Amino acid sequence: MVVLGLYRGTVMGSGFKLGVYLPIAEISVNIFVLFFMGAAVGFLSGMFGVGGGFLITPLLIFYNIPPAVAVATGANQVIASSFSGALSHFKRGTLDVKLGSLLVIGGVIGAGVGIYVFVLLRQLGQLDLIVSLLYVVFLSTIGGLMLYESIQAMRRTRAGQLATLKKPGQHNWVHRLPFKMRFRASKIYVSIIPVLVLGAAIGFLSSIMGVGGGFIMVPAMIYLLKVPTNVVIGTSLYQIVFVTAFATVMQATTNQSVDIVLAMLLMTGGVVGAQYGARIGQKLRGEQLRALLAMLVLAVGLRLAIELFVTPDDIYSITLAMATGAS
Amino acid sequence: MRRPAAILTLAIAMGAICPAVAQQPPPTNKETVEIGLSTDTISITSGFRGTDLTVFGALDNADPLIQRQGRYDIVVVLQGPERNFVVRRKDRFFGIWVNTESVSFQHIPASYSLASTRSLQDIATPKVFGQLSLGVNNIYYEPLPEGFGSSESLKEFTKELPRLKLKQQLYSQRMGDVQFLSSTLFRATLSLPANVPVGKHVARAFLFRNGEFLRESSTSLNIVKAGLEFRIYRAANQHSLLYGLFAVFLAVVTGWAGRLVFRKD
Repeated sequence: MVVLGLYRGTVMGSGFKLGVYLPIAEISVNIFVLFFMGAAVGFLSGMFGVGGGFLITPLLIFYNIPPAVAVATGANQVIASSFSGALSHFKRGTLDVKLGSLLVIGGVIGAGVGIYVFVLLRQLGQLDLIVSLLYVVFLSTIGGLMLYESIQAMRRTRAGQLATLKKPGQHNWVHRLPFKMRFRASKIYVSIIPVLVLGAAIGFLSSIMGVGGGFIMVPAMIYLLKVPTNVVIGTSLYQIVFVTAFATVMQATTNQSVDIVLAMLLMTGGVVGAQYGARIGQKLRGEQLRALLAMLVLAVGLRLAIELFVTPDDIYSITLAMATGAS
Repeated sequence: MRRPAAILTLAIAMGAICPAVAQQPPPTNKETVEIGLSTDTISITSGFRGTDLTVFGALDNADPLIQRQGRYDIVVVLQGPERNFVVRRKDRFFGIWVNTESVSFQHIPASYSLASTRSLQDIATPKVFGQLSLGVNNIYYEPLPEGFGSSESLKEFTKELPRLKLKQQLYSQRMGDVQFLSSTLFRATLSLPANVPVGKHVARAFLFRNGEFLRESSTSLNIVKAGLEFRIYRAANQHSLLYGLFAVFLAVVTGWAGRLVFRKD
């Protein structure tokens, strides 16, 4: 009887020298592609003052990262850019800690519900679809509104008027709600209900879409809560840091879908890109900048939308039954 | 971070070939088949892109006459750990492709690599393979008791499961890849795909004579993943809370460091 085994090694694919294996996404990717992806989004976020999570997640999906991992890692990546921003605002005193903390409480509740929905959708096999649909709806709405607004502003400037944001009205239905609280830093006296609801909505989106949610939070705080513009950004960043941190930990414990290696590549790229973006952003005209971003946002949304309608290569798919990691 | 794939070290343990063919006239069914691996664990690193696994084995006490006629056949299978799987179908819904129907299966080998001396239909009748559950099309794909809608959809999805697995290269059948090197020694070449699942794999050898199944023997093989990436993977699964907190910590440090490096305020 012969007992013997032998291993015949195969030659590894050459020309893949810059590849790095993502342990959670379970695919090999090119280091520089991801670094530049992070840098490009960081550049844009520095230039436009946005978090960039809403661009990172769809870009990762285009790069064949499983949507579940893209969403969870997107949330992780947002912490880095928001943290440095929140720190600056805190030092300058343009951060309402009391209002921010209340938003965090709402955010944590929303993120918790979001994770539950995320797990449910994953079990039902509908996660990828819902993530794409949410992105298509949000990106096209935000992109469309921004494009419209910036074109209006450009027209006004051409007509010789000053391009200013519309002055928000003095009072609205929000101010008739009960449980009012005074926020000194923001100089507002408002019910805590809309604050908690707004926080929860943003938290929900962080869990499901992997975004910070600044693009919804900032206009909502200005128009709904009438928070002065100078404290809006800082307070929004403060909330985003805590809620995305909570969402990251929740994703890690329930779905094991946070990829540290992927997040590190994106974050380092993002930190570098943001610095240059901020410098360029100061030199460019606001309306043109906003029109550019709007078109970019619309393009990403369109690309995601097309994918929903294109006939897939194989209408059947197979996955591991439990929600513990993709096969 | 990446190491050459060829770290699999199945050292060669060359035993003595026992030519124990005594002159025993008719008593049939004396033949035995044995396969073995010199190691019970293979560790693969993250650079692993799939490879061939060669298993050697021996057929002893063979009848020389039947052997000359080439009527002994051997099928070797390497079967991965059992898992539960869901197969889904997409349908068009207002123009959008949506996952609609699905069937859940249980105790499905996550990987299945088969090698045989000839194509299966030349070795024995489908009934024999069916009884042995041998071959990609004969494995019993057991649905979860409440994992399917109708028996029609069960039939449809049961057909798709092996097709998808073959497409992912997790299942493979290699006809003619069991070769006799001498009258007793044979070699089977199996596929270990890049995405081979970790866990306990079972290698089984089936011996056929004149289309009749005689016996089987088996040995097991543990496939583990090694390297930094897989330590990260394990940490994410086994210490998920700490892992999540560490991910947050890393992000905070990166954000803070970026500010420190680039800003002067």
